[in-house]
Amino acid sequence: MAKFKNHILVCGGTGCRASESEAIAVNLKRSIDENNLENDVQVVRTGCFGFCEKGPVVKMVPDNTFYVHVTPDDAEDLVLEHLIKGRKVERLLYVDPETKEHVSDSKHMDFYKKQIRIALRNCGFINPENIDEYIARDGYSALGTILDEMTPEESIKVVKDSGLRGRGGGGFPTGLKWEITLQSESEQKYVVCNADEGDPGAFMDRSILEGDPHSVLEAMAICGYCIGADTGLIYIRAEYPLAIKRLKIAIDQARDYGLLGKDIFGAGFNFDVEIRYGAGAFVCGEETALIHSMEGLRGEPTVKPPFPSVSGYKGKPTNVNNVETFANIPAIFLKGADWFRKIGTEKSPGTKVFALAGKVNNVGLIEVPMGTTLREVIFDIGGGIKGGKKFKAVQTGGPSGGCLTENHLDLPIDYDSLIASGSMMGSGGMIVMDEDDCMVSVAKFYLDFTVEESCGKCTPCRVGNKRLYELLEKITLGKGDEGDLTRLRNLANVIKDTALCGLGQTSPNPVLSTMDNFPEEYEAHVKESKCPAGQCRALMQYVINPKLCTGCTLCARVCPVDAISGDKKMPHFIDTSICIKCGACMDKCKFGAISIQ
Amino acid sequence: MAKVKIPENKVQELKDLCAKFNNEPGELINVLHGAQGMFGYLPAEIQEIVAEEMNVSVAHVYGVVTFYSFFSMLPKGKHPISICMGTACYVRGAEKVLDEFKRHLDVKVGETTPDGKFSLSCLRCVGACGLAPVVTIGERVYGRVSPEDVKGILGEY
Repeated sequence: MAKFKNHILVCGGTGCRASESEAIAVNLKRSIDENNLENDVQVVRTGCFGFCEKGPVVKMVPDNTFYVHVTPDDAEDLVLEHLIKGRKVERLLYVDPETKEHVSDSKHMDFYKKQIRIALRNCGFINPENIDEYIARDGYSALGTILDEMTPEESIKVVKDSGLRGRGGGGFPTGLKWEITLQSESEQKYVVCNADEGDPGAFMDRSILEGDPHSVLEAMAICGYCIGADTGLIYIRAEYPLAIKRLKIAIDQARDYGLLGKDIFGAGFNFDVEIRYGAGAFVCGEETALIHSMEGLRGEPTVKPPFPSVSGYKGKPTNVNNVETFANIPAIFLKGADWFRKIGTEKSPGTKVFALAGKVNNVGLIEVPMGTTLREVIFDIGGGIKGGKKFKAVQTGGPSGGCLTENHLDLPIDYDSLIASGSMMGSGGMIVMDEDDCMVSVAKFYLDFTVEESCGKCTPCRVGNKRLYELLEKITLGKGDEGDLTRLRNLANVIKDTALCGLGQTSPNPVLSTMDNFPEEYEAHVKESKCPAGQCRALMQYVINPKLCTGCTLCARVCPVDAISGDKKMPHFIDTSICIKCGACMDKCKFGAISIQ
Repeated sequence: MAKVKIPENKVQELKDLCAKFNNEPGELINVLHGAQGMFGYLPAEIQEIVAEEMNVSVAHVYGVVTFYSFFSMLPKGKHPISICMGTACYVRGAEKVLDEFKRHLDVKVGETTPDGKFSLSCLRCVGACGLAPVVTIGERVYGRVSPEDVKGILGEY
């Protein structure tokens, strides 16, 4: 990056590209050319910066000015004002929500202050489509050192000493997994990278692959050397076209540089990587199901043991790790196991990437040391709840996880503390909910997902979850009775105990955790036929308070089914037999005259 | 199963695709990805050809096609509409947006309008959670969609 005086980093992650960041980059380039700056300034499309809420994001280097909510029309101003006149474009600077002051350097934003980036170390800094930029940040030097100076056993010891645990959710010690695969005797072994990120609301693996694909390739080669494998397979969702494109470019470049292929670094070590595509089945995140899918079969899980490290892809020993786990590996070798152990908690060293989303002010991708509390994540980094509403729950672990409440806010996050409180780490989705979210509906939402994604092989999951869903449906329609609550809990426990794989065994978690943490909400639904959050449509009615209604007619105009009638300047009335309960009238009413009963 | 007649040259293209993967049963999913790319969907006739070429039973191919949500046995509309039903979009009101699309188009999820113009489906997380709720029509992504926006969005097509 030495040649140019200035670099303009434009976020090229999926989120920012969806709001036209590509057009921003094109306009920037045009404006740079028009002003004859093409030899001084370079436009770089990077991976995700993480601050998706404020996207599209543009960062000026070397002065680190961080512009937010940039549009393609702003490109010219960035060049004319910032680059040529040296004046910051104030309207595009981040405004601190508390002090209302402009903050131009991301270092001083609350969103970034508490983060430590290991897995995301290069995301938003380098051009993921240029291997030289990865190498300039010590890329592939860990692989070089290991091949030159270390035996597989010594290398595995570093991973074991670091205490790194599987970031896909299970938390199994990575070094131990590698050791078991090394000890399985076979002429052919495989390294598999699990990039089948199916958890709705989670996008950390995709962001790593889009922003720093080489870190994963380097780690897979290291793993191959450690366990004695010459082939790596990346199993990725077909729904991630940008990540696939960047991976392919990265693999080609690594081959050109001799960092993949035969006799890498002249050390006599061969390793190459192929891509395999998923086809949209959540259960394929489970490692045995994933392996079957790579073999061209239905992605149904099988009973463990045998574990893949003994008998996996094509019956050969296979080491399966998730994207984020791999992304940590090169950093551990570069900086040492002791350095890694000093971050995070004793039993869960290092950091974890979370996709923070839902009703929180700063939606985005964050990486924090293990042991950070939920309160720090949601209120300090996340900036609190949207619209000043009250925090109600945070869901971690996706469809296998659970909902945690206000009482858990000071809980330090690690694998064990989350499980002890009835949820789990999962892959890192973190969805924040406010007072308007009905917990019974949330449980139903997750069950709907599980029912659809159940592979159908074992009865508890295929039939049991369907029955659970039906019970929840009955309750949200106001037709449930108290016996249903007992039935719900009994059935959930049976599924937990008897389902074949991780998907089925954890599928009742959203139901059990909401029943434990919000019992009053379930009771209100069955005893009083009321939804306290006002979300269950069958249980609510929109009414206009005639004392507050001014007859402005706005609600009648916005109603999509013409259910509202009334004369101008006279109180209006909602015909509940026509009303579809869309809530548009209540959103529009300026006088607070419409409420839910 | 109803037969869909596909032209002879397309049949050859499909056979070539299978050959490209050495007719190896382990490559079935890759072949199906390619076939869906060629035809837009995977009707019975295509599955039969693939089964014969790769020397596996039609039941096996059908089992794989129906297992994965990415594969479809029905043609999509000219403008396929997908509503993101990831958790982040759900808690920010994706369901109301979906209801509005259903009402305007008068189709259910998974169906295509009688004129073949729009098809409606749900997908799990586009990963643009900062823009929730998200709707995609073809390649175009619409962020922060509210039920009131739906009529205007459909009007663009």
